[in-house]
This record gives sequence, structure tokens and C-alpha cells, in this order.
Amino acid sequence: MSKAQIHVTVNGTVYEAAVEPRLTLADFLRGDLNLTGTHVGCEHGVCGACTVLVDGRAVRSCLMLAVQADGREIATVESLAASDGRLHPIQEAFAEEHGLQCGFCTPGFLLAVHELLDHNPDPTEELIRDVLGGQLCRCTGYQSILRAVHLAAAKVRAVRTADAHA
Amino acid sequence: MSILGNRLLRKEDPELLTTGARYTADVDDPRLQGAAHVSFVRSTEAHARVNSIDVAAALEAPGVVAAFTAADIDIDPPPLVIPPLFPEEMRRPWLASGVVRFVGEPIAIVVTDHPHQGEDAAELVFVDYEPLPVITAAEQAMEEETLLFPEFGSNISVSYGDGGDPDLFAGCEVVVEQRIVNQRLAACPLEVRSTAAVWDGETLVMWSSNQNPHNSRNRLAGIYGIDREYVRFICPDVGGGFGPKINQYPEDMILPWVARRIGRAVRWTETRTENMVAMGHGRDQLNIATIGGSRTGDLQAYRLVTIANVGAYPSLGAFMPSQTASMAPGVYQFDRVETRGVAVVTNTTPTEAYRGAGRPEASEAIERIVDVFAAEIGMDPSELRRQNLISPDAFPYETGTGLLYDCGDYEKALDLVLAEADYPALRAEQRRRRRSGETVQLGIGLCTYVEITAGPFPGSEFAEVRVHEDGSATVYSGTSPHGQGHETSWSMIVADELGIPVDRIRVVTGDTEEVAKGSGTYGSRSLQLGGAAVKKAAAELAEYARSLAAELLGAEPVEVVLDKAEGASFHVAGSRTRAKGWAELAQAAASSGGLDAAASFKASQPTFPFGAHLAVVEVDVETGAVHLTRFVSCDDSGRLLNPLIAEGQRHGGIAQGVAQALLEEMVYDEAGNPLTTNLADYAMISATELPSFDLVALETPTPVNPLGAKGIGEAGTIGATPAVHNAVCDALAVFGVRHLDMPLTAEKVWAAIKASTAGEVPS
Repeated sequence: MSKAQIHVTVNGTVYEAAVEPRLTLADFLRGDLNLTGTHVGCEHGVCGACTVLVDGRAVRSCLMLAVQADGREIATVESLAASDGRLHPIQEAFAEEHGLQCGFCTPGFLLAVHELLDHNPDPTEELIRDVLGGQLCRCTGYQSILRAVHLAAAKVRAVRTADAHA
Repeated sequence: MSILGNRLLRKEDPELLTTGARYTADVDDPRLQGAAHVSFVRSTEAHARVNSIDVAAALEAPGVVAAFTAADIDIDPPPLVIPPLFPEEMRRPWLASGVVRFVGEPIAIVVTDHPHQGEDAAELVFVDYEPLPVITAAEQAMEEETLLFPEFGSNISVSYGDGGDPDLFAGCEVVVEQRIVNQRLAACPLEVRSTAAVWDGETLVMWSSNQNPHNSRNRLAGIYGIDREYVRFICPDVGGGFGPKINQYPEDMILPWVARRIGRAVRWTETRTENMVAMGHGRDQLNIATIGGSRTGDLQAYRLVTIANVGAYPSLGAFMPSQTASMAPGVYQFDRVETRGVAVVTNTTPTEAYRGAGRPEASEAIERIVDVFAAEIGMDPSELRRQNLISPDAFPYETGTGLLYDCGDYEKALDLVLAEADYPALRAEQRRRRRSGETVQLGIGLCTYVEITAGPFPGSEFAEVRVHEDGSATVYSGTSPHGQGHETSWSMIVADELGIPVDRIRVVTGDTEEVAKGSGTYGSRSLQLGGAAVKKAAAELAEYARSLAAELLGAEPVEVVLDKAEGASFHVAGSRTRAKGWAELAQAAASSGGLDAAASFKASQPTFPFGAHLAVVEVDVETGAVHLTRFVSCDDSGRLLNPLIAEGQRHGGIAQGVAQALLEEMVYDEAGNPLTTNLADYAMISATELPSFDLVALETPTPVNPLGAKGIGEAGTIGATPAVHNAVCDALAVFGVRHLDMPLTAEKVWAAIKASTAGEVPS
């Protein structure tokens, strides 16, 4: 099969790659770039485990082709923590509220919540549930994830306030 | 002060949160470099004779390394899961030959360089099917007009119990019977099945998403005729199990044969649709419950008859009717109990253990029929329950099914939940809505449950604790976690025994080379057996270290005490300066085999967690839509090691229990085609369908193990399903609906309302 040339930025690193047109973004991240933190749970856009950020928007990487990522900026779970290992406030909140058990769905949740809080750092319970409704988890019953999102929102607001004063 | 009982945050989380951890498909061991990918060609027919399989076109496709059918495989198929119980004639083949018995059954193997090539090539394998009559339902299988295994002569793979006592209900003023369907479910772990295999010289190395590495190793050693030490079975991070990953499947166990045949490492990761049709399903029991008692609400006799549809080949699911039977009478005192059950084969996916595994079915049956009885005699269901609960001073209590309940206070759990929910106020609101004929009616459902964990034969679990020369420690445990937080919990136990800080304790699980023995994680067994083994090993290590310290300090062991405070050390009583720390002791022991202790903990009997659940639903009588608005649970699992983790287990179980009551069902059409083969068609529960849960605390330590702990992994499914089911039936009682089977979808509820009263709330 003929390959297409793409130019994509993933977690701040620029990659040039030749990919089959049918290759999904998820398989490109996992197989070609060895970024295995992006998990494939259903391959048809329902479970949300493969969620990544494309130009800041939460996208199901199993439903997007690698060729469609040409010229775009991708962020995966591997980019969230600081380079010194310090957790992102959303990651901290998930740990503090026990928002994960087996961890397989977690990267997708983190990035979906990341997009939510980028746009609205003070979401209502209803909005949070609506966003979480697009991500499936079999372990937690969603209770602790919901609490984690409230906590993450508070942390993100605190960081923004601190930044504004700095 | 002990660290036990604290809400310690999980040690495993930073890795899971930052790198996404390492599941089987992510393993990049050098031995898997250049591994070939295995794809399975699966039956598209539920029941058919296979006249021929042609792999010629597939072999010509790009990237194809090899293709195999049953005729190529020259090793015996894996033994039955429970050999003495299930008939040899029903043993499952590696690949179907001659006859296929369910949609999804593997027929051929295609091996390719890349996984996408395998998907393409598998499409090119031509199978000539000659359809046979199909059976998909348990009662249909009982008619025996079509036999899945004509050579065996029956569709009944195994029978349990006896019965038929004509006088069982003698003297009962009221006897009610109800047919209750515990529908077929899909476990839906977010990580599908995935396995990799390589022959490293004479040693088979296998990575797999599995709950029981040592048992898997033992089975593989048997199948391939090699000593156990020549099989290394590794469970990397596992993305959820819920039961169907307790045993390996033919797809996993044939991989070493493929690897040997092509002389190359192999990997297999299924698709979600394969997972939905070929990983074991759960439940699928038809339960016929009959209960008898007095008009004043004294329950006297109970009969439970179970017909389990266990799919095309008996596996662990065929054992579940026995679990259901043993827990049949639940929390109630009966004079007479009778149970019997059969496991029948049908042209559906084989069933396995699924969270709760036989107990949710038992609880569902008894808790529904108790509500039906309460309605029959016009008694409040909370009062009927209270009147018949086993009293707290009756423990240990021997049940009518021969089990010995260890301890409990069932009435207290019920009272706590009723108080938390303000039950009288809920009933008042229900009466108000009924009187005013409101469109949205209220339903209140209760469940008082007891379940069995580490049962029915608890066995033992193994642990080893080693202290290193830098004063840190490593725990080797035979449990195999997949989200349950053992790294944290086992560290807490060792920290409590040895005084070594939690962050200096490493926990190793899921690798048969590193951990000498083990039985894995299932049946809510891990803390009460595996945790108890860790405690025992750590305590033995402390004793050994004490004697060593005494020797080094020139004192008697009885004079030496372990100070577990910061910088834990052994010192001579009354003289803190005459002390030896863990690092010094490990260094001193280095020449004599190190500071190490191994222990197995064997439980004398299973434990019996209990509790009460209360659900409140709103039912829109115009649309049939059910909205779960409140959920209160009290789950007593003995002494809690880490309440944070225990609550997480309760949450997850409740969600899955609610899912069975309201949403989820694995559906087949009459031709045996599965209709819910992905997460769009299968109604896996999401955050939008669940309210926040109110968890009420209750701790009754069990005398069965030194931690006082019972299992908590499955309680949610056991309590929540009947509580929510009862709530919906309670809301519908006003329409004269006595019972409606799960899942209680809007369509089903709406049809029931229409059928009974033309949709009006009767005045």
C-alpha cells in the first residue's frame, strides 16, 4: 500500500513519518512512536480510552487517521506530568480521590478532563457528568472520578489564580 | 500507631497516571522483537457442520507467515476446567473441526508480520458451513430436541442437588413462586484479552492479561509436557479482569504451539468485538424461586431451582449453579431449604465467573421472592426482612445448605441503611405521588444480603518478605492484582509488622519466576488469604530478625524489642543505644541466605460479608424511563485495611450491579447471532446513568483470619442488582405489576404499564 508523508508534533517533538493512509492515529502513536500510554479499548469511538488532545481538543485517536494529524499538535498522557516528575493537577486529583483502579481507561479520562477544564475551570456537576459520559470505566463506578474532577477543577483554578498574581 | 485502617493513597497510581503503565500489548521485551501476530478466524454460524476450510487464498496475502486449522494441531486440547465435574465429551477443542457450536468460536489461525495484515488475511479464509438447528436459551436446551454433543446424549453438562420433597411447603399458609431471569452479561474489562509467547531456549515465556498466573503456568506445563520451572508466566499491568480472565482460553494456550511451529515469538491482542463474542460471558441463569410462610410474615421454607445456560462448552460458568445453590437462603432463617440446578449447553459463548459469580443470582432470586411474598401478605418489605433475619447472636450459623456463616449483624446493616435514607419519608413521598397520580412515580427497593468470599474452598495463599541491605523490603505475593491496589495494601501490612516505611517497600506479583507459588486474584480472596500470608511472613521475618539482633547485641531474644517508629530498629529493652537497624541486620544475614521469610496462610473456612442496599428510582409512566435517583449501601467486609480502596471496590461493584438491573444484556437472535457485539450495542453503564452513592460504614471483624478481613470485591453486584430491581417493581406495583425481568429498559417498563392499565395510575 502506498504511504503518505506526514509532519506531526507529538508532546512537543516534531515527527516526519510515512504512514499507510488507513493507519489510525492511535496505532501510529502506539506502534510507530511507541507512546503506549494511549490505550485502545473498543476501536470504534465509544469507550474513550484512546482520547488524546489534537490542537487542544479531546479526540478519539481510534477514529482519526494518522494522515489527518498532518500539521497538527498532539498531546498524550505522557506529556501531562512536569519533566521533574511532578504530577499535573488533574493527575494529582485522580490519585487523591482514588479515581482509578486498573488504570486502563485513565489516560483517556485525564485528557478529556484536561479539555473540559481548559475551557471551563469551574464546571457544574451536570457538565462534568456529561463529559464523563463519553468515557467508559469498568472499575470505579465513576464516583471517585467525579470527585476527582471537582478536585482537579479547584486545583486548576488555584494554579490560574496564582499565575495571575505572579 | 498502626498504619492499618488509614486512607493511604495508592502507590501504584503515579506510574498508571504518567506513563499509562504497561499492559500486555505494551510489553517491549527484547525477546518479542520481530514477533509475528496471530489472528483467529471465527465462526459466523452458531451451530453448523464444517465441511471444509480453505486457507489457500489467505496464504497468498501480504505478510502471511502461516495459516493453521484443527487438522494441523498435533497436541491434545486443554483439559476440562473442572475435570471430575464436566463430561469429557464436552471438552473444548483448540479450533473447531467438524462442528462449530457458537458464533465467535475459533476455526483457523492466521499468522502475519503485522496485525493489520492478519485482519485482511483472515477475511480470505473460506469456510463451508452446513447449518444445524440452533439453541440459544436454557429451557430450549432442556427439551433436548437438538443436542450439541450427540455422543454425550444430553445437553445437561452437570447437575447439582436433589430435592423434590413433596412436603417442603407443608404447613405454609402462603406459598408464592416466581420465575426470575438473571440475564447474560458481558464483563467488559477495558483491556481486552492479550497474550504474547516466546520459547527462550527450553523455557516458555508468556505475558498475558490474566488473573491467575501460577494456575496458568501449571496448565501450560501440562499441555506442553514440560516441568513447571520451564514455564515463566507474567501478568504485566492488567486492565481489569472481573472473572473471565481467571482461566486462559484456547486462543492464549495455543500460542506456544504456534510460536514453536513458526520458530518465532508471537503476539495476540483481540478486538473488542472478538472480546464480546469469545471471552466468557457472565450470569445467564433462569431461577425459579418458591417461598412459603405464614400470613404474619414468618418465612418457613424455600426452594430454588436453577437452569444455567453455560454456552457451548462447560467452563467455570457451569460451576455457578452450585455457588448459587449454596447461597440460596441468604440472610434468612428457614426451617427447610431445597436447591437444585443444572448447567446446560447452548449455541452461545461459554460462560465464566463474572463479578459475584453465582452469588448475585442467588441474592437476586431470594431478594425478589421476599418482596413478592411481602406484597402477597401486605407487609412492608423492610419489616418482613427484619422479622426473618438471622439474629446476631446465632453465629457461627449453619445454613440449610450446609455453610457456616462466620459472623454478622444483618439487622444493624438494614437499620443503618433505612435511617440514612430516611425510609419513612421515602414511603410518604411514594404515597403522595400515588395518590396524586403523578407522571413520575417513586419506587423504593431493598436488599439485605450475605455472600461468600474465598469460597467455597478457601485454600491458601503464599507470600515472601525480604529485607535488603539498604533497609528496604520486597514483598512477593501469589495474588495477582488488576486494579485492587495490592502494592499499597501489602506495603501497609509489612510496614505495620516491620516498621519499614511504605515507600521503601516494593511489591512483586504476577510473575511465576519471581514469586514461588500463588493462586491469583478472584472470588474476593486476596486480602483475607494473600494479605494474611503477607502478615504471617512479615511476622516470621520479624522473629528471625529479633533472634539475629539478640545474637549481635549479646542479649536473649526475649529481651529484644522492635521499635517500629521512624528508623525502625531492634533494641535491648530499656537500652535504646544497644540497637540494630534493618539494614545492619540484612547485612549481617547476607552470608547466611539473607533476611527472608516465606509463609502460606490457609483459611479454615470462607468468610461471609453482608450488608444492606437501598435504591430509589423514579419511573416516568408515560415513557417507561427509569431514573435511579439515590443509592445507599452498607457493606460489612470485616476489618478494613484501607477504606479508600474498599470504597472503590464497593463503588465499582454497585455500578455493575445497577447495570444488570437497568441496562446491560448480551442479546442473541433465534439463529444464535449475537446482537450486542461492541460497546455501542451493548449498554455498558456510564457516569450519566448513576447517582452518587451514599456509603454507610460497618465493620464486624471475622475470626477466620488474623486481619479480621472479609472480601469486598463483589459485594456491590450482589446487593445492588436486587435492590434496584425491587425498586422498579415497587414503583410498578401500583399498576398491578408483580414482577418484570431485567434489564428494566424503558421499552420493557412502558410495555408492562400499558399492558396492565392503559398507562393511567389507578386511583
